[in-house]
Amino acid sequence: MDATAETLTFTRRPDSWLTRLFDYKPFLIAACLAPTVVLLGLFLTYPLGLGIWLAFTDSTIGQPGSFIGFENFVTLAGDPVFWMSVTNTIFYTATTTVAKLVLGLWLALLLNNNFPFKSFIRAIVLLPFIVPTVLSAIAWWWIYSPQFSVVSYVLIRLHLIDSNINFLGTPWAARWSLVVANIWRGIPFIAITLLAGLQTISPSLYEAALLDGASGWQRFRRITLPMLTPILSVVMTLTILFTFTDFQLVYAITRGGPFNTTHLMATLAFQRAIPGTQLGEGAAIAVAMIPFLAAATLASYFGLGRRKWQQGGTDE
Amino acid sequence: MNSASDALADADDLGAGAAVLEKGGASRGDGPERLAWDSRFRRFVVIYLPLAIFVVVLLFPFYWMAITAIKPDDEMYDYKRFNPFWVYHPTLHNIRVLLFETSYPHWLTVTMTVAFAATALSLLCSVLGAYAIARLRFRGAQTVGLAIYLAYMVPPSILFIPLASVVFQVGLYDSPIALILTYPTFLIPFCTWLLIGYFKSIPYELEECALIDGASRLQILRRITLPLAVPGLISAGIFAFTLSWNEFIYALAFIQSSENKTVPVAILTELVTGDVYQWGSLMAGALLGSLPVAIFYSFFVEYYVSSLTGGVKE
Repeated sequence: MDATAETLTFTRRPDSWLTRLFDYKPFLIAACLAPTVVLLGLFLTYPLGLGIWLAFTDSTIGQPGSFIGFENFVTLAGDPVFWMSVTNTIFYTATTTVAKLVLGLWLALLLNNNFPFKSFIRAIVLLPFIVPTVLSAIAWWWIYSPQFSVVSYVLIRLHLIDSNINFLGTPWAARWSLVVANIWRGIPFIAITLLAGLQTISPSLYEAALLDGASGWQRFRRITLPMLTPILSVVMTLTILFTFTDFQLVYAITRGGPFNTTHLMATLAFQRAIPGTQLGEGAAIAVAMIPFLAAATLASYFGLGRRKWQQGGTDE
Repeated sequence: MNSASDALADADDLGAGAAVLEKGGASRGDGPERLAWDSRFRRFVVIYLPLAIFVVVLLFPFYWMAITAIKPDDEMYDYKRFNPFWVYHPTLHNIRVLLFETSYPHWLTVTMTVAFAATALSLLCSVLGAYAIARLRFRGAQTVGLAIYLAYMVPPSILFIPLASVVFQVGLYDSPIALILTYPTFLIPFCTWLLIGYFKSIPYELEECALIDGASRLQILRRITLPLAVPGLISAGIFAFTLSWNEFIYALAFIQSSENKTVPVAILTELVTGDVYQWGSLMAGALLGSLPVAIFYSFFVEYYVSSLTGGVKE
C-alpha cells in the first residue's frame, strides 16, 4: 500500500528506442508472455505430444526407436499386471475420493465452529499437506512394519487381534493400507479449502432458516451443501485428478508389491519406462490414463459445476 | 472409517452454538443448569471429541517419526520392555549417523538450490505472464488464461516419461539443472493463476493515473503494480518453494548419481539398502527433510492458506 501514499514522480528522459519499444503494447505483451510460453512449450506442451508419439514407438532410454503402431497397446491388453494396475487405480481413486470428501467436509464443518486456539489447530491440521509426501509415506511405511507396527501393538494390547497384522504382505491388506495413507494425506487440503468456502456463506441465511424452524439437517442439506457446490466441484475434480495419477505414496510404501499387486498406472509406467528402460511401453501406460482422467474430470466438473444458478449466477 | 451420517449429524451444530441451546431448551424444558450442562456435553461430543480425534490421527505419523528418530535401537525394537509411545533414553545417534556418515548435508544443499532456483525462475515468468493477462488488455487474454489453467491440470505422472526423453536429448540427464527447468512446468501455471487474481484486485485507476503522469509501462509495473502485489508474490513464492521441495517423480526419474539427488529421493533410494532397514536413520532423515518446510510454513501460515484457497476459488 506504500505506492499510493507516497508521491511518485516519473522522470521521463528523452525516449530511448528501448523505452519506446516497451511502450508499444503488442511488443510488451509478447515480451511478458515469452518466458512462460517458451518454458511451458518446451517442457510441457512438447513432451505431452511427444508422450503420445512415444506410446506408438519402441523407444528405450537414449534410443529414439521407430513407429510400431498399436503394438504397445496390444501387448498391454494381454498383460494381467497392466489390467490389475487399472483396477487398482480405479479402486484407489474411488474409495479415497469418497472418504476424503466426506471426512474433509466433516473436518471443515468442525473447524468452522468457534473454539479456543482455532487458528493454531487450523494450522497444524494442514501439516500432512505441507510435509513432503514421500517423507510422511516413509513414516507410514514404518507404521505398517510387519514386526514393529505400532498399530498391531495397540490392537494386540486391546485384545482385538492375536498376532501382528502383515499390512504390506498380502494384496488386499496392502491396498487398504495405501488407501488409508492416501486419505490421511488428502484430508487437510480438502478440509481447508472447503472451510474457506464455508466462511463465505452468509450467516443471515442460517438465521433466516432458524426463524423458519429448519432443523440442523435441513440447514445442512438446503443451505450448506448447495452454497458449497461450486467449490466442492473444483475440489473434487482436483482430488480425482491427483489421486488417479498418484505415484509417490505407492512408490514409497509398497513399490507396487507384493508381486506387482498394488501398482497404480503411474507406478507401473515408471517401472516399465525408467528402471525397465522401455520408454515406449511406459508412455503407452501413461497415455492410457488420459481417457480415464478426461472422463472422471468432465463427470465431476459437469455433474456439480453446472449448478451456478443456485448462487444467483447464470447457468452457461 | 467414519460414515457420512456422522458428518451430517454433526452439521446440526453448524454455525451456531445458539441453535443447540435453543433446541435443548425447547425439547427438554428443564432448568437452566441442566440446559447448560447438557449443551456443553453435547458440544463436547459433537465438536471437541471428533476434532481431537482428527488432530491426533493427522499428527500421529509425525510424532511417530520424531520419536523414532531419537530412539536408541534397543528401545525401538523391544515393545515388551519399553512402551513404544515414549522414549526413555533419547539419543542423537541416528541424527549423527545421518549427518556425518551419509551425504545428507549435500542432498539438503542440492534440494535447497533447486527449490530456490526453480521458484525464482517460475516467479519471474509468472509475474510477467500474469501482468500481461490481467493488466494489458488484449484480445485472447482469456484464452491464454484458460490454457494456463489447463496446464495446471496436466499431471506430472503423465509427463515424466517424455520429459525424461527431452532431458536426455538436451544433455541435462542427471543434472540438477534439469530439475530447475522442469519444475516450472507445474509451478508457473499455479503461480500465474494466483497472481492473476492478485493483479485483478488492484484498481486500474492507479495505473491510468501513472500513465497520464507520463510513466512508461515498465515503470508502472515496477513502481505501482508490483509493490501492491507483494502479498500475492509472497504467497506464490512460498508455495512454489514448498512444491519444489516436495517434488519427487521428476527428481527420481531424471537424476541418477547419488550426489545430485534431492532429499526425498535420496532418503528412499540411498538410505534404504538391503533388507534390514535402518529405521532410526530413515526417520531422522524424514524428520530433518520435513523440518525446513514445516518451519517455513509456521512463519507464513496465512499466506499458505490464502494461496491454497485462492488457487481453488478461481
